[in-house]
Amino acid sequence: MGCSAGGLSALESLLAALDPQLPQPLVVCCHTGSANVDLLCELLAGHSTLPVIEAREREPLQPGMVHIAPSGYHLLVEPDRRFALSVDPRVSFARPSIDVLFDSAAEAYRDTLVGVVLTGANKDGAEGLATIRRLGGVAIVQEPGDAESPVMPQAALDHAGADHRLPLAAIAPLLNRLCLP
Amino acid sequence: MKPDGRPAESVPDVALEDIEVELFVRALQLGHGYDFSQYSPASLKRRVLQLVQTQQTGTISELTARLLHEAGFLQTVLEGLSVPVSEMFRDPDVFRTLREQVFPLLASYPQINIWQAGCAHGQEVYSLAILLEEAGLYERTQIYATDFNESALRHAQEGIYPAKEAQLWSRNYLAAGGSHTLADYYSARYELIKLDQRLRRNVIFANHNLVTDEVFCEAHLVLCRNVLIYFSDPLQDRTLALFRDSLVRGGFLCLGTRESLDFAPSAADFVPVDTGLRIYRLGPRTPAGE
Repeated sequence: MGCSAGGLSALESLLAALDPQLPQPLVVCCHTGSANVDLLCELLAGHSTLPVIEAREREPLQPGMVHIAPSGYHLLVEPDRRFALSVDPRVSFARPSIDVLFDSAAEAYRDTLVGVVLTGANKDGAEGLATIRRLGGVAIVQEPGDAESPVMPQAALDHAGADHRLPLAAIAPLLNRLCLP
Repeated sequence: MKPDGRPAESVPDVALEDIEVELFVRALQLGHGYDFSQYSPASLKRRVLQLVQTQQTGTISELTARLLHEAGFLQTVLEGLSVPVSEMFRDPDVFRTLREQVFPLLASYPQINIWQAGCAHGQEVYSLAILLEEAGLYERTQIYATDFNESALRHAQEGIYPAKEAQLWSRNYLAAGGSHTLADYYSARYELIKLDQRLRRNVIFANHNLVTDEVFCEAHLVLCRNVLIYFSDPLQDRTLALFRDSLVRGGFLCLGTRESLDFAPSAADFVPVDTGLRIYRLGPRTPAGE
């Protein structure tokens, strides 16, 4: 799941509407997160139905947990479904970059991955969402007119297209439907 | 992996790319002696694909072909595969803690050896030299700054960086507890800054590859920040053992602030000085500053 400008409040309402029984790991890359990832986790945990933790290097993705990318690093998912960090140059002016997360997660999870692009003021995430779709995953994009900042979802729609194009309020219910057995 | 007989010019396929990456890594190893087989796959693949783009080879296989047949192409590839991205005094708290808690203990040694492993473009080498200078320890310090990438080493020796970085670096310097202004240590010209070359007087820049090379000095402090994040678990463990064998008893190790030691048995030899900042000490000693 990726977001940028306006992403914090979007995340708060989305995480609040998730089914607490969701068995899949969730990973969030938010550009506008505070430099202090502990604080961001705490903030989001106050709204989320699922536990919110920092995504830690080398650790496996945990079922039913929301993992937050630390700032200043790219977050990647290795083929063995553990996290890796990198300090490679910024991608689309961002580090962490949603493209880097999506590309690597798409390879690790193929057609079982769901990618979500929310509000944001740049084009990060568009490339990665295209990779997710190419490898058989599902793409969900927030309706640009509904987003606090429409640039990022619009770029994702233009570049990758979407399987679902929805207002924010409809995204969590869809995730619940897609992810619950 | 099943060979499905599809021609290489069909839609880019990840399984096919994975085979190509593996052959590329093999060519680098067999043809040139550089072993990237123990690098974490996700970042390595991203960098290889980046090289395909910048070198406009179309496929990874074509990159491999040029690597094997074209003289001088190796250096281009090595530059593409190493990470020269850093900043001066990145994570200022780390440098502040080095100054406040580690330097006073280093001060008890008549000669201080510091190994900066994976120095890339040298931003942290100069940061360290400045802090040591201000602590009055630099005259009796020898810094070994190593990297496997020759062009990164040359860059580090020159100490020339884009001027647009200076603002952030100055803020970092002050947050790290610097006692002057960073501008005292560089001269600016056009779009560039050049670090005072006197800061280099006790630095030896040398080629050393953490993957294949061995212990080469006895160190009181090893800094290796955000290098091991690119290594697989076994290579991370091997490198930590290399640091252990290089450090004097009670010597210090400083890693990147988000690095995990949970999957490295060799980490058991290190005692945390500041867990959050990833500063450790070798051997069963009480943490510094307590």
